[in-house]
Amino acid sequence: MIGKARAFVFPAVLLGLLETWARTVGKGSDAVAPPSAALWAWAGALADGSLLAATGFTLGSAALGLAIGTLGGVLLGTVLGLVPRAAQAGFLSIEVLRPIPSVALIPLAMLVFGFGLRMELSVVAFATFWPMLVLAQAAARQVEPRLLEVARALQLSPGERFAKIVLPAMVPRLFVALRLGVAIALVVAVTVEIAANPHGMGYTLMIAQQSLDPALMLAWLFWVGAVGYAVNAGALWLQRRVAIRMGEAGLR
Amino acid sequence: MTRRLDARTLASSAGVLAGLLALWWAASHGDWVSRVFLPTPEATWGSLAEGLGTGELIEFSAATSLRMLLGWGLAALAGVALGVLIGASAAMRLWIGPTLEFVRPLPASAVMPLAISIFGLSGGMVLAVVAFGAMWPVLLATVHGMASVPTQLKEVSAALGLTRTEYITRIGLPNAMPDILAGMRLAMTVSLIISVVGEMIASQPGLGQAILLAARSFRASELFAGIALLGAIGFLSNALLAVAEAHLLKWQHP
Repeated sequence: MIGKARAFVFPAVLLGLLETWARTVGKGSDAVAPPSAALWAWAGALADGSLLAATGFTLGSAALGLAIGTLGGVLLGTVLGLVPRAAQAGFLSIEVLRPIPSVALIPLAMLVFGFGLRMELSVVAFATFWPMLVLAQAAARQVEPRLLEVARALQLSPGERFAKIVLPAMVPRLFVALRLGVAIALVVAVTVEIAANPHGMGYTLMIAQQSLDPALMLAWLFWVGAVGYAVNAGALWLQRRVAIRMGEAGLR
Repeated sequence: MTRRLDARTLASSAGVLAGLLALWWAASHGDWVSRVFLPTPEATWGSLAEGLGTGELIEFSAATSLRMLLGWGLAALAGVALGVLIGASAAMRLWIGPTLEFVRPLPASAVMPLAISIFGLSGGMVLAVVAFGAMWPVLLATVHGMASVPTQLKEVSAALGLTRTEYITRIGLPNAMPDILAGMRLAMTVSLIISVVGEMIASQPGLGQAILLAARSFRASELFAGIALLGAIGFLSNALLAVAEAHLLKWQHP
């Protein structure tokens, strides 16, 4: 019980200091508002529906983009992991394309799709594609060779071999990759909104700053942090659940 | 890591890369994709050569690289210093650790609006956000590395009567080194990303601003040239760090 409470002491002290400072020295500041005012602003955003709409947009596009990036990355990664010659052939292309920072594609996505859901999806999908590719490749390479021998002995077709042998063996590792992907997807989605896309939490945060409303800005900043924490905690929980159900055999 | 790069591998992977380039060439020349979005490879090469020739793109690349490196350096210093401070003491880890874990998933770019209202739309603001965002991987890695000193080493340092500073410099930091270096590599990637975003938002000179302006005025070949340069910066910084890391950790694998 004390251990749990201890975690909240440091942030409470920080918030208390901020509250006092913002109510005395920093009064009327355009940058900092007391946390209590931010809480009010947060309640206001919740009441007028903007909170849910923006959060929904960001989470939805992050999830969809992650789904696209994961599908592509896992498919290609599995092929590269199972067929060494394919991995050798793709090596140079991947090393050339992978270091491109995802945010560099924001202007391109803007040009191709205009503002809206599709531009954000494309950047999130690009950003999550590479780590999923690399981790899926590693996961496929580490599939127990004896399992593949069994598949050969049973004369399974390539499709059956993938669905019945390879994929189940990869699942625990794929969920570890997915947890990383979730974190990246959310960060990239918010970044796209802050840099360009006029939707979602990142945009509302930016607008609150531009309209010199520090209370609302702080409210959104804390909210983005809280959503990020919750989503990451959820992904970690999911990964552990899967690992336990799959007997953690694949993770050793 | 043993990655054999024999002639056949190199030939086949160069072949695939050439195939992708040919596909790009065909897609742009055959108008499969509008040239507004997809310039021809020649046009991109032309923009790249022209920009590098006039020195404009060199200037932008240098500005972005400098921003990235400065922010990364600040982040490394602050991250290691704070990480040692927090990681070396069990009490600090207990009280402050959970807060760090809570802030860790916060997208660094989300801090930018706050930084704009404090510092204004300036280069210093961008640098501050780059340093802040890139600090987290280093900070958390340092805390982890300092916390995972093996018990035997702690007992040795107690038996030798090492002072706190001696313990940190002779036992703690060397033990945390692999973690710190891994964190610094991640921090470099973060630095580049936030530098580019910062240049876009705050209109600071650099590749981020250049590609945004190119896209806004529909100059796709310049946009692609800028993206290619950013990819090159990402590739080079990562490769250099990998070499440095292998060199610095040589003592671990004699």
